[in-house]
Amino acid sequence: MSTETVNEAHDSDDGHDAHHEHHIPKGLLRWLFTTNHKDIGTLYLWFAFIMFLIGGAMAMVIRAELFQPGLQIVDPHFFNQMTTVHGLIMVFGAVMPAFTGLANWLVPMMIGAPDMALPRMNNWSFWILPFAFLILLSSLFMDGGGPAFGWTFYAPLSTQYSGDSTALFVFSVHIMGISSIMGAINVVVTILNMRAPGMTYMKMPLFVWTWLITAFLLIAVMPVLAGAVTMVLTDKFFGTSFFDAAGGGDPVMFQHIFWFFGHPEVYIMILPAFGIISAIVPTFSRKKLFGYASMVYATASIALLSFIVWAHHMFTTGMPVAAEMFFMFATMLISVPTGVKVFNWVATMWRGSLTFEVPMMFAIAFIVLFTIGGLSGLMLAITPADFQYHDTYFVVAHFHYVLVTGAVFSIMAAVYYWLPKWTGKMFDITLGKWHFWCSLISVNLLFFPMHFVGLAGMPRRIPDYALQFADINKWVSIGGFAFGLSQLIFLVLIIKACRKIGEPVSDQVWEGAEGLEWEIPSPAPYHTFETPPFIK
Amino acid sequence: MAQEQYEKYYVPEQSIWPIIGAVALFLIAVGAGNFVIETTRDKSGYGFYILMAGFALLLVMLVGWFRNQIEESMRGLYSAQLSRSYRQGMAWFIFSEVMFFAAFFGALFYARTISIPWLGGASNNASTNDVLWNGFQATWPLLTTPADAITTGEASTQAMPWTGLPLYNTALLLASSVTLHYAHVGLEQVKRKQLMWLLGATIVLGSIFVVLQVQEYIHAYVDLGLKLDSGVYGNTFFLLTGFHGMHVTLGTIILIVLFFRCWKGHFTPKEHFAFQAGSWYWHFVDVVWVMLFFFVYIL
Repeated sequence: MSTETVNEAHDSDDGHDAHHEHHIPKGLLRWLFTTNHKDIGTLYLWFAFIMFLIGGAMAMVIRAELFQPGLQIVDPHFFNQMTTVHGLIMVFGAVMPAFTGLANWLVPMMIGAPDMALPRMNNWSFWILPFAFLILLSSLFMDGGGPAFGWTFYAPLSTQYSGDSTALFVFSVHIMGISSIMGAINVVVTILNMRAPGMTYMKMPLFVWTWLITAFLLIAVMPVLAGAVTMVLTDKFFGTSFFDAAGGGDPVMFQHIFWFFGHPEVYIMILPAFGIISAIVPTFSRKKLFGYASMVYATASIALLSFIVWAHHMFTTGMPVAAEMFFMFATMLISVPTGVKVFNWVATMWRGSLTFEVPMMFAIAFIVLFTIGGLSGLMLAITPADFQYHDTYFVVAHFHYVLVTGAVFSIMAAVYYWLPKWTGKMFDITLGKWHFWCSLISVNLLFFPMHFVGLAGMPRRIPDYALQFADINKWVSIGGFAFGLSQLIFLVLIIKACRKIGEPVSDQVWEGAEGLEWEIPSPAPYHTFETPPFIK
Repeated sequence: MAQEQYEKYYVPEQSIWPIIGAVALFLIAVGAGNFVIETTRDKSGYGFYILMAGFALLLVMLVGWFRNQIEESMRGLYSAQLSRSYRQGMAWFIFSEVMFFAAFFGALFYARTISIPWLGGASNNASTNDVLWNGFQATWPLLTTPADAITTGEASTQAMPWTGLPLYNTALLLASSVTLHYAHVGLEQVKRKQLMWLLGATIVLGSIFVVLQVQEYIHAYVDLGLKLDSGVYGNTFFLLTGFHGMHVTLGTIILIVLFFRCWKGHFTPKEHFAFQAGSWYWHFVDVVWVMLFFFVYIL
């Protein structure tokens, strides 16, 4: 049965906070014009979820085609568009906006700020995102189809062998970048400038710390991505030869510039997850987080190292041996701070009085499965081994463990953890558990066997495969369809929660929860901390 | 204690401008994408008009948004903390701009130190040179591209010298940073004449820079044969100086707006975030030029 702590309803709404409530604007215009960090957080989260379902539908197309060897459902060019747009949507449309949504909801409440530092810009950075994806998705219907060169848009695939819709791809990536940069500037400034008196840096919740560092990474690397797409645009349309040897350029240069953005980008998608897990594990262990300071330093170390490891994506592309060695060892170094984190989570649980509510189940699954993804990453970091693994399904397995059972599971954990605070009602726990178990089993059926076909040499991004991979691919596809369907349970649960169906919860919601956001009423009033609290 | 002196942080009510800005960026992206396809592929379409509509709407949005902010600021709604938010926001924005230019400088350095020497046979690439680009010699500026080397065997362009226009432009921009700094000092010390004259001088210097830059481009295209598609030398030259020139143009427009705001007496010696931000932006653009002058023109 349920182990959740559902305390009695707290009727603080009609107390001192009531006079804020009548300010809440109504209707569609509320969402278009809003400057409220909670509204914008909600918009980001819904947008991310819709994109997750669209990107997921594309993954279903991919898995349907790969269900059997041979070409049967879609043609290869369309298959390439699906792998490309699936990746772009999941990275820029699902995971990143979901984390930004969580930051919007939580950072001001966690540091005792009245709102984000720059509320109008906050609205702008959200609302340009749907337009960016509208452009990207509509380019699929253009002559010659949409982008089909993989989400990494390597030259010369994107510069010489791509359709004209590449121009629209470039400008939609520009808008995604502008959105991310503005969102990140907002987060950094909020954290540096809006903390309540007494909220010193080393008292900040780890979610705030990890987002501070993530936002720094975003501001540093998103402009480099803008530079890369700009060079692709001029190479394709205006005769430049940045990525063309005939004019003195080099296609490998594209990979260097792209991965200088791309590697910090993968930490952008996992550091906030670390912050989430560091909030959830202590709550349901009923202990303080083990090694708070080391968590902060580990996060900063990972971020700094992320700038000097990019070429481990390019071991087979060609580099001097000394460079391969450097990037191999630098990459392996990242396992040290990451290991510190995993150790600290386990040490937090050690001898805690554990309970297994839905967010905690996702958090524990995260720790185990993210570690699997981390370990396969360590294998890939070894240069000579990578020569074998490169561009096989082993890589696909690796980054889906890190991004799906890592980033996506952490986002789900976060939603389950803070949802009662947002709505004031406990979500449907039975559905939550169904969602967890279905997701957990199917996601492993989906991604774990990919390691095996990958090690055996099955290449990624190809719509057909050799016969010996048929059995495993069948099971992988079944896992994929099951994982996709499992997310519909989540959709139902979220809709019920948004319609405020469920038991009222207390201010603290979870018995062991600590932090400013658990001291304000549930549901969180429209405006919080208009005068800052004093943190002792 | 701390709470008693707390000045309320101004959180604006709902605003119509961001969504207008979002539509504007949408039009700009769709317009620019289609415009690029239509001009380079000789197709007809509405890309250009959509792009211009986007810019027009963006202009409307900027005017409306800034007007709101100026009103709020003049009404004294902005606390010192909010002012700090703006300053920090601007500083981080400039950092993101630095990283944008870093991508193109990175391409320049990569081409000069890695791709061109390797195409010329350096490192372990002797056979690349021999088989694919026979006769190509690694030089910088790259006047004879690998493609030239195996076809005509002659240089397709001439190099842009650093003397002449580029040197004048360097002097102009460095001088403009100095004039802007002393205009700022004039604002802080309530010396109105100094502020207005030096700010005006900065605008004039910036405008002359842009005009000279256009002349330099004409010189490059007509006299030197140095074009955007003249291999990686022309690519980096035009993209770096082009993006820089766009920034100078934008900076000059910002300074012109600031000039009129100073004229109206919007700023006080203590509170003048907009002036500060415009000034930071101008100095940043200046620093980028100094980098450009060294790495694109001289070295």
